Amino acid sequence: MSTPDLLYTEAEDDLRAAVRSLLTDRCPPGTVLSEAESGRAYDPGLWRSLGTEMGTAGLLVPDKLGGQGATAREAAVVLEELGRSVAPVPYLTSAVVAVSAVLGCDTGEAAVARLLGALAEGRTVGALAVPAALPPGAAAPAATVRVDGDGTLSGRITHVAGAAGADVLLVPADGPDGYGLYAVEATEASVSVEPLTSLDLTRPGAAVTLTGAPARRLAGSDRAAAAVVRALLTGAGLLASEQLGVAEWCLTETVRHTKERHQFGRPVGSFQALKHRMAALYLELVSARATARHAADALAADSPDIPVAVAVAQAYCGQVAVHAAEECVQLHGGIGMTWEHPAHLYLKRAKSAEILLGTPGRHREVLAALVDLPAPTG
Amino acid sequence: MSAPENAQDTTAVDADGLRRRTRALLDARPPATTDRLDFLRARFDAGLAWVHYPVGLGGLDAPRSLQAVVDAELGAAGAPDNDPRRIGIGLGMAAPTILGFGTDEQRQRLLRPLWTGEEVWCQLFSEPGAGSDLAALATRAVRDGDDWVVDGQKVWTSSAHLARWAILIARTDPDLPKHRGISYFVCDMTDPGVEVRPLRQITGEAEFNEVFLTGVRIPDSRRLGEIGEGWRVAQTTLMNERVAIGGGRVPREGGMIGLVSGTWRDRPELRTHDLHQRLLRLWVDAEAARLAGERLGQQLAVGQPGPEGSAMKLAFARLNQEISALEVELLGEEGLLYDDWTLRRPELVDFTGREAGYRYLRAKGNSIEGGTSEVLLNIIAERVLGLPPEPRTDKDVPWKDLPR
Repeated sequence: MSTPDLLYTEAEDDLRAAVRSLLTDRCPPGTVLSEAESGRAYDPGLWRSLGTEMGTAGLLVPDKLGGQGATAREAAVVLEELGRSVAPVPYLTSAVVAVSAVLGCDTGEAAVARLLGALAEGRTVGALAVPAALPPGAAAPAATVRVDGDGTLSGRITHVAGAAGADVLLVPADGPDGYGLYAVEATEASVSVEPLTSLDLTRPGAAVTLTGAPARRLAGSDRAAAAVVRALLTGAGLLASEQLGVAEWCLTETVRHTKERHQFGRPVGSFQALKHRMAALYLELVSARATARHAADALAADSPDIPVAVAVAQAYCGQVAVHAAEECVQLHGGIGMTWEHPAHLYLKRAKSAEILLGTPGRHREVLAALVDLPAPTG
Repeated sequence: MSAPENAQDTTAVDADGLRRRTRALLDARPPATTDRLDFLRARFDAGLAWVHYPVGLGGLDAPRSLQAVVDAELGAAGAPDNDPRRIGIGLGMAAPTILGFGTDEQRQRLLRPLWTGEEVWCQLFSEPGAGSDLAALATRAVRDGDDWVVDGQKVWTSSAHLARWAILIARTDPDLPKHRGISYFVCDMTDPGVEVRPLRQITGEAEFNEVFLTGVRIPDSRRLGEIGEGWRVAQTTLMNERVAIGGGRVPREGGMIGLVSGTWRDRPELRTHDLHQRLLRLWVDAEAARLAGERLGQQLAVGQPGPEGSAMKLAFARLNQEISALEVELLGEEGLLYDDWTLRRPELVDFTGREAGYRYLRAKGNSIEGGTSEVLLNIIAERVLGLPPEPRTDKDVPWKDLPR
């Protein structure tokens, strides 16, 4: 195993600057809140600018397939920035998870390449139709959707991340030919996508019900399972970078607030009781950044260490983001409890992201098997 | 002191030049047939001891990063080293301070035997009444002719019983505010009036000493820096201490987590569900801290040192404490035992050495030594996050008027 590169390259810094500049302009906290209240699944104008015009939707897709030919390292930097602004865009679910699933199919097939090109351009938004809380494991998740004799799909998945607003659903399904990955147009009458009232206002989930939905098979039993596993690993590994971004914003804002807020004749940030809590968060951020970079680098290098790197990053960063958001609310005092202040958007994102793609506890269980620390028997 | 042995070698001090100089040294003093001390002295005189030091003081004014080139060549040739772990205080703390603030005579006299290990150094900074608040120190140095007469007590002094020299800070003017009345000296540990007593700690052993100074006469020629500038000089010493602590690079499961993971794998009968959950959490935390240390090392390597160093020390202290505590608990009945309470005087300390009970007790010091975790949290909060300092009442008052 070669030494992972845990730093940011100059190109990655440039990409970050460009994304941050766009988000500062187009996605300030007030806009995020009104967008969340709009009932739309995501902000289509922002998605067009970020995904299509800036080209970030295609970072993981090779040039010859219509993408930018970058790697998980660059996508991770985009996600850090999206986390910092809790941007309501389907980057993780479409540009990372859905794209990774399609990349695992035979991209020599015209239909696969066409879909990949559309996802890479951000013209089409996709979502992998698996239970949202599912952690990546060694094997693909059992399908809850079946392929009927006529080739249509039927079944229900109760909570799919990124399904609301998606144009294409990528559905793992079991059929006469075994496990496969299928593409279903969300607009079909036989497809029901019911948006759910979600804890995370900026990334609402949806229940997906297929009732004889026409489907195109993207991968059969030979590739589908590996494609789904890799998509979940990539999603979980890069979610860590989004969580890092969430935590960073929370700490930065908390420091800013406690420097300005005066009580008892002093800035409240001068009290050791508060200071130590913020310093402790900083420590967590230092380690979170290292684990998130490690996972992104492992994914980019296609390292054999991917499963461990991802499980560590998820087991660590999920909790750090939640801790940072909870401290942000508490150390802001009363204002942190209001609808008007953006802290709640970060808390809701952090708590939801902790569950998405597997809770830290599920990732630790995965890790126990990977690093040979077995649970007691009996 | 002789001139650099290969002073005629005018090649540039780049990697190739250093490689050539190193090979010339190895040719002139083949390690297999050369006395260890002779070799180390010759290496110092060739400027290959610490290449970033000045010519004539064991270096070649080369970039610090090129030391690795020399070390690799010497390592491959089986050359002896100066056992840096044994003389860490001299190398890491005294030497940079002598270089930065010493006179030419002091540098010429002190640096060579310091580097070769012929003369061991210790540090007389902490006192019973001045720990985290080091600037409150009460050891007095009173001018008497060309000498200073020193009286006081120092504590937590490692190597004092082996040391020839000490770096010492003492109060030379009690009428000034505490940071301004301190001066910095080199103290001869063999002088009359220096008494060293072992300080037994909770592990049963005595790594450290108490040092009692009674009428110790230090010539003014052994002062480092100006009178009253001792605090500023000490900052150089302490900054180098922190550089030395940060940035360890270890493999996965290096350190304490590897020990307890090994026990877990080898002894299935000890496993419980509660311990399993806690072990996995600590395993993840240890791996995260390891990666953060790796990342810090990468930042240093490309010349972007971050403020993460103090963060690493905090993380390391907490992990060592929690992992060793878990290990004692995992061992169950064996955890009730302790290997040996005999008063020992170890020359080197290994936090992962001996048995679980020792590791548990020794780790308690990790959050105290080299800056308590509470002080480090303040430093991170104020210097890294930029939070406002606590209001201070002790900064502008004469030291003698402070409550004690």
